[in-house]
Formats: sequence, structure tokens, C-alpha cells
Amino acid sequence: MEILVQNINKRFKEFVALDDVSLPIKSGELIALLGPSGSGKTTLLRIIAGLEFADSGTIILNGKDANQQSVKERNVGFVFQHYALFRHMSVFENVAFGLRVRPKETRPSKAIIREKVMNLLQMVHLEMFHDRYPSQLSGGQRQRVALARALAVEPTVLLLDEPFGALDAKVRKELRHWMRKLHDDMNITSIFVTHDQEEAMEVSDRLVVMSNGRIEQVGTPADVYHTPANSFVYDFLGNYNEFAGVKDEDGVVHLTEVDVEKSASTTEKSGWLHRHPEIEKIMAKIAPSKTLDHAESLPAAEIVAPKQLVGQKVTLFARPHEMIVTKTPDANEYIIAKVMHINPAGPLVKIDLERLNGRPLQAEIPKNVLDDLNIKKFDTVFVRPKETKLFE
Amino acid sequence: MSNAESSSVKSTAVQEPWWMRVLLIAVGVGFLLVLIGLPLSAVFVEALHKGIKPYWQSLLHPDALAAVRLTLIVAAIAVPFNVLFGLAASWAIAKFEFSGKQFLLTLIDLPFAVSPVISGLVYILLFGAHAALGRWLVDNDIQIVFAVPGLVLATIFITFPFVARELIPLMQEQGTEEEEAAILLGANGWQTFRRVTLPNIKWGLLYGVLLCNARAMGEFGAVSVVSGHIRGETNTLPLHVEILYNEYNFVAAFAVASLLTILALITLLLKSFMEMKFATGKKRH
Repeated sequence: MEILVQNINKRFKEFVALDDVSLPIKSGELIALLGPSGSGKTTLLRIIAGLEFADSGTIILNGKDANQQSVKERNVGFVFQHYALFRHMSVFENVAFGLRVRPKETRPSKAIIREKVMNLLQMVHLEMFHDRYPSQLSGGQRQRVALARALAVEPTVLLLDEPFGALDAKVRKELRHWMRKLHDDMNITSIFVTHDQEEAMEVSDRLVVMSNGRIEQVGTPADVYHTPANSFVYDFLGNYNEFAGVKDEDGVVHLTEVDVEKSASTTEKSGWLHRHPEIEKIMAKIAPSKTLDHAESLPAAEIVAPKQLVGQKVTLFARPHEMIVTKTPDANEYIIAKVMHINPAGPLVKIDLERLNGRPLQAEIPKNVLDDLNIKKFDTVFVRPKETKLFE
Repeated sequence: MSNAESSSVKSTAVQEPWWMRVLLIAVGVGFLLVLIGLPLSAVFVEALHKGIKPYWQSLLHPDALAAVRLTLIVAAIAVPFNVLFGLAASWAIAKFEFSGKQFLLTLIDLPFAVSPVISGLVYILLFGAHAALGRWLVDNDIQIVFAVPGLVLATIFITFPFVARELIPLMQEQGTEEEEAAILLGANGWQTFRRVTLPNIKWGLLYGVLLCNARAMGEFGAVSVVSGHIRGETNTLPLHVEILYNEYNFVAAFAVASLLTILALITLLLKSFMEMKFATGKKRH
């Protein structure tokens, strides 16, 4: 079923939960609403379900204005973060609930209900547990019961509110793969809310990044990861290092740290091994009378002066795995850094570095590269981003 | 060090010396005996001290039987009424947001704060022959005070908070997610209430009903004011005890009192049983 979210606004007293949110969702899509807490993602989900009402805007479900429909008529399946299973009913009764409460004319016979519920329980691998109570199940099992219960009424849309949020890491991973597979088999339009970017990336067809009640970016996981729309999205999707840079007249960006450093030899303090000749040229333009190595002799006012040419100052970002680490620098520019900690667990070795100016850097390199370099704690290494992102 | 060892070390660390333990227990048991155990047994001793026959005779006296019947009638009206009210109020307070909620909560607590005598007096002032409403009632031959309706009204007022107070925290703790889930699965309001909400509050509700009932049957102050003390007509059990006592008819007074005492003991038993059930019910989620 196709879902159109059009110009939804929602406030809770002073707090703006949703600010003019519009989002078209195609039939059969698996969409992730991703954002930090308070970004409005759960509110949007609840408005689509009909549990909450928008102050303005419309939700169109399959061509029909959902504002005119009751929760019942919308025919959505909803899965809660904390399962919301009926605690006094057995697993079987929980799943059967949606069928049993139907009016007599449309209620299936007992035998059909039984067959249907057992099929669903089989699908979620819980047929052995049909007479257990929710309190006798693990978190992962409870969530699968909740999913079976939601699917029992054959919803046209499945909405999941942080479905794996209360589970431990291993069960989460299993369940999300299983959910993806289930979605591919059933092909039911699904929206799930999560604050876990890895989960959103792994499971969804498209993801919607939200913050402060607004949509920051909509796209496929690859789009959003490789071409983030802004620094919020970039920040939210993973760890990063930040560098100051300048833009020259041709629009080419060069790394520099001139805004951070205040005294002594800038080069030495900031930890750059050496500068590219091009940067020297630009710096000469910004502060024509002095070269950077003598920055300490500039009066404070003059140090600020180049900052006023802000049009040319930029911040660059690079992910830890985009860092090159070496022990013997070549002709490129490098940042000098000290190894503070090495975490060798996982496919990439995580290295915490500290620059000479005290700022932290993170790098992730393959294990064999680390071994070849023979890097140990407190070694001095030379680091350089091989790729950077710039947001204007 | 094993777990068992460390826990035993911990427990001796917070233990008092033996003489302190003995002293504390002796004080506790002593107070219980003097303040509760003795009076309780005195009721039965007094009631039975002339033998079992006078005891039965006092219980089977028509006035005593009338008092039992009246007490049962009053409780049978007041308790269901307060169950309905308690359910409605706690449902509204726990599951919905509205302005004036705090005021409603305060109102529910009012009977706890007001002296029972005042509660009874309020009805006299409202429905008595001196008030306009009272005169109109007299003219139309409707008797409220000094009759059964007055007793019922006063009892309802007094027992007002018991069910609601028991259910509100329970419902608040359970939240609204299960109800939301039921509605999303297509249940209507009544189905949601009967199949989801009610089973979840079952034990809390019974507990509230029990306390409400005990109070309804045992209430003295408010009922005393509106009753008029007409023997065999407007006397409930507690009022009947007082009349008999004032007539120095000790055996009869204590015999009737023993009925109330037995009611209290049964209530206590049921209460502990329900608390046990209630606790296991709570664990289930």
C-alpha cells in the first residue's frame, strides 16, 4: 500500500515534534526512520497508525485520506518497542486476538483461527511455545510473538517502533536479518523506527534521517552514506575526524590548521609534517606579509584577520577508515600523531591517536597493514585523510 | 571467596547483637498482644462468658437479624456503585490526559480527609427537614435521612476512595500500550476493556472491593448521624452494638461485635491471599 505523508505538523505544548514533514512511500517498500531521540520519528509513526493526531497535514493511505478513517479502518499492523503483549494471555491467544475480536459476520471459525495462528507461530518459529505466557519468553521471542500478532490481521502496512531497541546485540542482529527476509517474502509496505544507523543501513530499502522534527535526508543506504546531505547526517552515520581547511581562488580545498593554533611554530604545534607548496601560496595571500611559520609573531588582531576571509575557510570531515597511517612519510602532507590506544577486535583495527596540539584522531586500518607497519602504543606515526567531505 | 560466603559475611555485617534482636522482637510482640491480641480475644471471651446458648440467642434476636440484613443491603448497594465509579475514575485518570485531573484526584481523596461524622452531617443538612430540598422530599413522601437511602448515601461517600485509589497506581504503572495494541488489532472500546484492561487489574480490583466492603459494613460515624437509630429498621451492625452496649446488655453487644470481628478476620485472610496473588500477577510481564 502506498503511503503519502503531506505537510504534517505536530506540537506537544511548546515542543515541536514534527515540522512540515512530507514523505512519499511506495508500495512494498521497507523504510527506516532514523534519528536521535526527540527527532520526531516515533511521533510520525504513531500519526500514520492513527494513535496520535497531527495538528495539520494529511496522511493518505492507498489514495484515501486517513484522517477520515478510524484506527481500525486503516488496517495497520503495529509492533511496539516493549512488545505490549497481553500479559494475561498465552502466546496463542495473543496472536488470535485480532481475529477473535472481529464482529460475528467476519470472524473466522475456531478451526480456521487455530490453523492461521499456528501457521503464523510456525513462521516466527514459536509453534512449540503456543501455550506459554509472555513472561515465560525471552525478549527476542516476545518480539516475534508481537510480530505474528500484528500480521494475524493481514495488515496492509506494518509499522514497527524501535522493534529491536530492547534486545541485546546478538539477538538484534539475528532478528533484523530475519525481518528483512520476512519483508521480502511477504512484500508488505513497512516502516520501522530506529536510532541505530547500522540497523537502518542493513535492513531498509530507503532510509529517512530525521532531526528536530524535520527530515534531513531521504535516500538509499548507499546514497545517504556516501553522499550525506549535510553535516548532521554525516555526523549521525558514524565516527569522523574534523580538519580545518582553506579554499583557494579556483575552489580547490587545502588542509590547514591555521585557525586552531595560537603560538609557537604552527607547523610543529599542529602536527603537520610539512605543507604543500600550494598552501604556502594561499597562506601568503591570506596573510601576505608573514609566512605561517612565524605566526607567533603576529599580534592577536592580525591572527584574526585571515579568519575574516571566511568565504575561504572550510571544515573537512573524514571517516576513521578513510585515514592513511604510515611510519615513514612520503612527499604528501601528514599529520604527526602519537598512538594512544589500539583496539584489534574486529575486521579493522581501531587506533586512537593524539595530535601534537592535543586533539584526538581516530583511524581504522586492516590488521595486516598494522602488522606490516609494526605500530605499537605511544609510537609516533604520520596520518593523512585519503578522502574528505565538505559541507557548504 | 564464593558467593554464599560473601553474602553471609554481608548479612552478619548488618545484624544487631543478640540481646538487641531479642529486645526488638519482644517490644514488637508485646505491643501487638496488648493493643490488638487482648482486645480481640476479649470480644469473644465477653460474648461467650455466659455460655454458647445466650450467645446464639443474642445473634438470633430479631433486631440483631434486622441489623445484619440492613448491613448486607447497604453494602450490596454501596460496593457495586463504588466499583463502577472507581473503575470509571481510574480508567479516566490513568489512561487519559485532561485538565482538572489533579482536582479530581483530590476530590476522590476527600472522604479520607473529612471526619465521618461531618460526612453524615452533610446529608442531614442537605436532605433533612430543615433544608429546602429536604422539605420538598418530605412533601413528596420520599424519605432519605433516617432511612435506608441515607445510610446507603453516607456509606457510598465514606467508601468512595477505596476502589479508585487501589486501581489508579496500578493502571498508571501498566500504561496504555496494551490497550493501543488491542485497538490497532481491531478491538472496540468494550472489547478492549473486557479482554485487556479488566484482566490486568483483576486482583487489584478485588482487593479494592474487599477493603471497600469491610469499610462499608464496619462504618459507624457517618451512618450513626443519618440513621436515627430505629431498632430493627435503621440500625446497622455497628450501631446495634452501640445500642446494646449502652443498655448494659454486654453479652448481646459482644456477640454482635464478634460477628464484625469475624468479618474483619476473614477480610484479613482474603487480603493476604490476594496480596500474594497480586504480587505474582505483577511479576508476569
